[in-house]
Amino acid sequence: MNLVITGATLPGGRSTDLFITDGRFAAEPAKGATVLDGAGLTALPGLVDLHTHLREPGYEQSETVLTGSRAAAAGGFTAVHAMANTSPIADTAGVVEQVHSLGAQHGYVTVRPIGAVTMGLEGERLSEIGAMAGSRARVSVFSDDGRCVSDALLMRRALEYVKTFGGVIAQHAQEPRLTEKAQMNEGALSGELGLAGWPAVAEEAIIARDVLLAQHVGARLHICHVSTAGSVEVVRWAKARGIDVTAEATPHHLLLTEELARSYDSRFKVNPPLRRDEDVHALRAALADGTIDIVATDHAPHPLESKECAWDEASFGMVGLESALSVVQLALVDSGLLGWSDVARVMSAKPAQIGGLAGYDAAFAVGSLANVTLYDSAASRVFGLDDLRGKGLNTPYLGRRLPGRVVATIHNGYPTVLDGELLDAATVAASAVAASAVASASVSVSASAAPPASPAPPASSASAADPRNPSA
Amino acid sequence: MRHLLSTRDLDLAAAVGILDVAEDMADVATREVKKLPTLRGRTVINLFFEDSTRTRTSFELAAKRLSADLINFSAKGSSVSKGEGLKDTAQTLAAMGADAVVIRHSASGAAQVLAESDWIDASILNAGDGTHEHPTQALLDAYTIRKRLHGDASRGRDLAGVTVTIVGDILHSRVARSNVWLLTTLGAHVSVIAPATLLPSGVETWPVKVGYDLDVAVDDNPDVVMMLRIQAERMNAAFFPNSREYSREWGLDDERLQRLRPDTMVMHPGPMVRGLEISAAAADSTRSTVLEQVANGVSIRMAVLYLLLASEGGGL
Repeated sequence: MNLVITGATLPGGRSTDLFITDGRFAAEPAKGATVLDGAGLTALPGLVDLHTHLREPGYEQSETVLTGSRAAAAGGFTAVHAMANTSPIADTAGVVEQVHSLGAQHGYVTVRPIGAVTMGLEGERLSEIGAMAGSRARVSVFSDDGRCVSDALLMRRALEYVKTFGGVIAQHAQEPRLTEKAQMNEGALSGELGLAGWPAVAEEAIIARDVLLAQHVGARLHICHVSTAGSVEVVRWAKARGIDVTAEATPHHLLLTEELARSYDSRFKVNPPLRRDEDVHALRAALADGTIDIVATDHAPHPLESKECAWDEASFGMVGLESALSVVQLALVDSGLLGWSDVARVMSAKPAQIGGLAGYDAAFAVGSLANVTLYDSAASRVFGLDDLRGKGLNTPYLGRRLPGRVVATIHNGYPTVLDGELLDAATVAASAVAASAVASASVSVSASAAPPASPAPPASSASAADPRNPSA
Repeated sequence: MRHLLSTRDLDLAAAVGILDVAEDMADVATREVKKLPTLRGRTVINLFFEDSTRTRTSFELAAKRLSADLINFSAKGSSVSKGEGLKDTAQTLAAMGADAVVIRHSASGAAQVLAESDWIDASILNAGDGTHEHPTQALLDAYTIRKRLHGDASRGRDLAGVTVTIVGDILHSRVARSNVWLLTTLGAHVSVIAPATLLPSGVETWPVKVGYDLDVAVDDNPDVVMMLRIQAERMNAAFFPNSREYSREWGLDDERLQRLRPDTMVMHPGPMVRGLEISAAAADSTRSTVLEQVANGVSIRMAVLYLLLASEGGGL
């Protein structure tokens, strides 16, 4: 499908028409292209989430690759990175290839599997990092998310080993002994509520150790869901020393505070926990000054029964894909800390770069893959269950007024969301097949004519030859 | 009063009101027929997810003295899996027509979750939730202090100026939390004494004086010393080295007992571990209020059940 988007406002503020032909941005409109009216809408590059739990295989009652992909598209995402804590765990090539191929088949978003750092997330032996990196899923992010790689020697080895394959370790920073049975942020409120505390130092100590390890072995390190002001200080210090570290913050840690735990409503139970007001403000400032590189959702769907119980017994986590952009607007754009080009950076270009996802480095440039989110920042709604598109209903924003609305999402040149509604699964799957046919045809043409115009990552020829993998 | 979830929610008038109703209830226990018809036809469920024979029995007696139908529903050991337990059980009890549910649960906030859910419409009475609160224990403690101080002239009085020192595992104690809020509301001056490992984070924001040294606290000449139970599992988690050291530093032994005024009350919510946090002499001395606390517990629980179920729509 060829598209013309008329009069949309680019992140920098300029209004323009966008032409999408054969999956890529073009200089001119194609004949017979479908016209989308972009007047009054902001055109953002397709959003990229570096931290998503799709739950499949193994926990399909919580989410599947399909339902999670739909939630992502509805939230304006065109790519997600799927965490490894499935069952079986994504610690072998077979599992990551399965997840990757399900994502490609459904077509709502590009699904990039994250591999486990250690076998079974047990924190004892390295998983088959090389096999996953070399698989058709081309894994480049490795994480034991949900658990911390707490053994210092194993973390050192992981950081070193993953360099071999150009990957990065994404650390869930949580000292396990300091957080046994932890339920919420440790502080006066946890003391009052009688909930076991999750102290900031348990996050900060691991980050401090790991940035020093990364420096020592000369490796890249990514920190998942930074949640405290102290962590921000450690990351800022590390960056000032030239350590190759990146960090993410979640939308919920940028908006919500521990005070919500007063209700004992387990929708607000998340790991790392919601922190203090001063932590929220430190995270916002860090995102604005670049200390924190990206926003990542940590979308963590759970079935109803995992949340309809006492706080101690409830699962950690909240869904976030559908609400992320609105929450970022509320917390950062409307407060004047970020402009829309910053949002494009922290929710698209930079997460793609950290995740090793090609095609997001030159948004809207003629010839680049067309991944676009059309967003109405003037809209506003009271967030409700009918705003959710995945299986998980565990959102912390129910009943809260949130700004903005995703009007359309274009993934690799074809729409997944139009007029604020998801296109049906069959249509999107058919679009994905058509798009990859076009993409492989253009790859073979350009390969025979001349070397590729843009430098491809090493060994990208294998993925380009995979018809279901147009974007890798 | 719709529910009783914590003592934090009680203002001075409400707290004194409950204590005064308990005075009336205590009078019932002195009659030949220790029973009121007030709650005839009402159903009270004791829903205990944790074992507690003392508290359960106390509520049972209270409900029966008010002529309510009392059912003990022990959820512990049943096969319901985690998470499903609370909701399913609550809906079951609602279907059975419970008017009040007395809940004991190992998770902090469980009573509040039940009260705010749409699973059940009954009045919820918190009989201890995790390490959060145990409001009827604090009410019976306040009642006991007031009774010792003012005897038959207790009605209408608060605890202004009374000094209360709570000693032991403050961190894990729902009794301590409920007492801190309630006694402070009633005008008492509360101190907490414990090793730093057993003080909750943020205790400096509580309306209490915080100390580590029991000897200093004893020499401060308090009106009440409340000893908390120390649980065996704390000893294996590096909160303190061993029971000998705990006992030496924070136990109410005979020597410290001797230094207290003859009329200083020694309280303990039970069950006591004699020889650890409290010596046998202290537990059995005339200063000890332990058995009065048990007796007063029934009066307090009668008062609360009465206020929840018999005074419809009315405040205290």
